[in-house]
Parts: sequence; C-alpha cells; structure tokens
Amino acid sequence: MRLAPVAAILLRQWYLLRGSPVRALPMFAWVGIDVVLWGFISRFLDSVSGAGINFTAVLLGAVLLWDLCGRVMQGLTTAFLEDVWSRNFLNLFASPLRISEYVTGLVLASIATSVVGLTVMLALAVPVFGLSFLALGAHLLLFLTVLYGFGVALGILASALVLRFGPASEWLVWPIPALLSPFCAVFYPLTILPAWMRGVAYLLPPSYVFEGMRAVLQGRPFAALPVLIALTLAALEIALAGWYFVRVYRRAVRTGLLARYSAETVS
Amino acid sequence: MTARSEHHPADSATAAALRVRGLRKSYGEVLAVNGVSFEVAAGEILGLLGPNGAGKTTIINTILAVLRPDSGSIRIGDLDVSRQRSLALARTNFAAVYASLPGNLTVVQNLTFFGLIYRVRFLRRRIEELLRQFQLEALRNTKCGVLSSGELTRVALAKSLLNRPRLLLLDEPTASLDPAAARDTRSTIRTLVHDTHCGVLWTSHNMYEVEEVCDRVLFLSHGQVLVTGDPRSLPREHGARNLEELFIQLAREPLAHPAEHLA
Repeated sequence: MRLAPVAAILLRQWYLLRGSPVRALPMFAWVGIDVVLWGFISRFLDSVSGAGINFTAVLLGAVLLWDLCGRVMQGLTTAFLEDVWSRNFLNLFASPLRISEYVTGLVLASIATSVVGLTVMLALAVPVFGLSFLALGAHLLLFLTVLYGFGVALGILASALVLRFGPASEWLVWPIPALLSPFCAVFYPLTILPAWMRGVAYLLPPSYVFEGMRAVLQGRPFAALPVLIALTLAALEIALAGWYFVRVYRRAVRTGLLARYSAETVS
Repeated sequence: MTARSEHHPADSATAAALRVRGLRKSYGEVLAVNGVSFEVAAGEILGLLGPNGAGKTTIINTILAVLRPDSGSIRIGDLDVSRQRSLALARTNFAAVYASLPGNLTVVQNLTFFGLIYRVRFLRRRIEELLRQFQLEALRNTKCGVLSSGELTRVALAKSLLNRPRLLLLDEPTASLDPAAARDTRSTIRTLVHDTHCGVLWTSHNMYEVEEVCDRVLFLSHGQVLVTGDPRSLPREHGARNLEELFIQLAREPLAHPAEHLA
C-alpha cells in the first residue's frame, strides 16, 4: 500500500467538498434534522411513558448511532460515485493506482466526513436533549468501531453493486440501511423479532451493538462475547465486500465494461 | 511541414517501449482484435491507423489494462502488463478524447490528483513546468468543465506527461484543436520524444498529421494488421498518390486476404 495514491483519493474529496457547499451541507443538515426529530419524539415518550425507560438515551442514542453507520456507508458510496458521475474510471484504472489503494482512499474519505457528522450530532444532541453517550462508558468505543466497520462493509458492497450493474443501479444502494434496520434491532430488543428475522439479525454486527447498548443503559451486566462476535463479523464482512469488489472489477476488465462504463452493459 | 527530428528509432539500441504479441480480443461473437503483433521502439512514434471499428481503441485499452485480452502478451519495457500492471502503468500515460478529466476539479487540482496517483516527484515544480509548456497558467484555477475542447486537450496532454512516461498513448490527441494548436502539439510531442526517448503510439484520422509526425504506421482493419511501414513511402509502394488515398483503399478492401498486403 503506497501513501501518495491513497492521499490522492482523499485530496480529491477535499477539493470537491471545499468547492461545493451543496456537497458539504448534507454532512450537517440530515444529522441535525435527525437529532431534532428523534430528540422531540424521545422527549415526548419520556413524558407520557411510565415504563421507567429513558427514551432519550435508548431511542435517540440508538437512532443516532444507526444514522452514523448509514453515513459511513453513504460517504464511501458517494466518494465512489464521484468517479461515476465525472466519468473518471478510465483515467483512474488506466493509472498505476491499485484497487486496494483506491478502496482505502474511499474508506478514509468516508470516515473523515462521518466524523464531521458525529461531531455535529454530539454538539446538538448533548446540550439540547441531554443525551449522554458517556453513560455507555468505554463500551461506546467498541460500539462505534463495530458500526464504522459495518458501514465500511456496506459502502464497499454498494460501490461494487454500482460497478457491476452500471450507473443506473445507484438507486438500488441508497435504501440499503433502511432495508437492514428492521433486522438490526435498532428500536426494539431482538426478542421481539420472529425466529427467521433473528437468524438474519445474528449475521448483522449492529444488532449486537444495539442489544449491548440497551443492556448497559438499563444497568444489566455487559457481555463481552457478543461485542467480540460483532467485531469479528464486521471484519469478516469488510473482507467479503472487498473480495466482491475485486471480483466485480476483474469481471469489468474482462468484459470491457470498465472501458465503456457509461454504456452500462457491453451486450 | 515542421522539421523532423534527426533521431531515428532504428538507431536506438534501447529496448522496445512497447511489445505486443498475438493480441486477441472478442466481445461475444465479435472478434475485435485478431492476433495483432507490433512493437514501439524507444524514441519512435508509431501511428495506429484504421477505419472506425478497426480495433484501435480496443488495443489501447488492453495496453492500459482496462480490458483483458483473450490471449497474447503486452510488455511495456521489460514489464508484463498482466502480471506487473501497476509498475508497467507507472511508466505509461495516455490522453484520449473519450477520457476527459473530471470537470468539477480545476486544472491544478486535476494535475495534483493525478500527479499523486502517478507518484510524481517534485510534483509542484512539475505541474508549473507543464502549465508553462501548454500555456495553461492563466487557466490554472479554472474548472475543467468550463474549458473549451482545445483547452481540455491541452490539460489532458499535460496530465499525460506528468510522470515523464516511457510509453505515451495518444488517441486522436489533436482532434479538437485548431490547426495552429494542433501544429504546436505535434511539435511538442516530437520534441518530447527527441528529448526523453519515450515511445509513442498515436492514433489519428488526419493523414497529413500522421505523415508529419509518425516514424512508422500500422494499418488495421477488422482487428488485423494489413500494412506497416514508413508513412512517406508506403503510398508509393502501394500505388496510391498519398496516405489518405491508401487509407481509403485499405479501408474499403474486403478482408479475405490480409496477408497479401503485409510488407
């Protein structure tokens, strides 16, 4: 892995963000809207519920962490799509740039933009709605690692799907987080789900995070094994997504799709 | 016609900049390139000619490793493109009308981006040299998307020279340029070849340009090599008045006996 080509991918994202407020705005705007919307919903539920659940911590905290995972995926996919939109594949892939360097650059760009989102999220949710992620203690770091890892895996997978099925398949990838959220048990405990959905949930690292988060906030003992499983799954899924991206890239080189990408198919 | 370089590729004792052997590529039932072999010597400009659909772009794409051939080998210098892709492409660069640079980056941003990808040493200095060479200084902070096609071509050429390539692939590099700019570009490339000894593979449909700039040409039709030789003597050898007439003759002929044309 060479530093300069990875830095090039990062620098390109910086140039684009710096030159276009329209690109920078979603990093702040959607996060802000989510915080406000779910903050008030949580506050309302706190006022009417006698269940003794701290909705601000459990619901708002979960929504925001899930939102962060989605932002990581979207940040990576958007960085990839910049090359689709500017028809830059030929210039990129006919250069010495290695696929590992390209994907690493996209991942770092995504992490950088999502950290901005995380900062805005905390700056708004903590003082306005009294959300305290500190209640999660050191576990928060583990939870964030899992969510970042899963977001990266989804982002690589989504980019591979766009590379495989052409620019028009972009619409397919945006709803992926929404499709997965029922399985990830963001809003409710896993036990609510039917058995088949629980089976899917066990393959998704965020479900362990949200279960763990609820356990910690409700004062139950923290189980290390589920988080370890989640970390392992996230690492495995990043590796699988990377393998799929390389496979799709090689197919595109073999069929000629990469050289004529705007045509969407070579048939 | 501008003065041609004194250097002749045959004088060079250095290894071939590009060596293509038995290249074959089909898209489903369509055979785009059928057993093509050729070399570009260091310091040589080889013109790759042929009608639309002859296989020129397919050959360029396979050399650039964005298209995998069905069979055959491609070596850039002593590096096998299929096995040492990144190293081989670090010595190569290209400019093509169908591969414009991202329009949402400025000229300098594009050159910086690609300079990092090609790991160009002393990048800022190199960019300044190229901005001067291609008269792009006034456009340095202009987004490429608002440049004229001629200006875009100059930026693409500047990008193609960033890494001082040993092999340069130019797919119709002067297609969008006015005659004066085209002449300047040809002169720049010839000077570059003279000074750096890099090999150039040049495609063009402008036969005047080909005659002026290429040391040797290779005619392709239906993915096969029909004729190769000196663009200044080939027309006479084949009973044509000039290169354009020879091009039209070859492009219209059926492919039944390509071997008969081989010099």
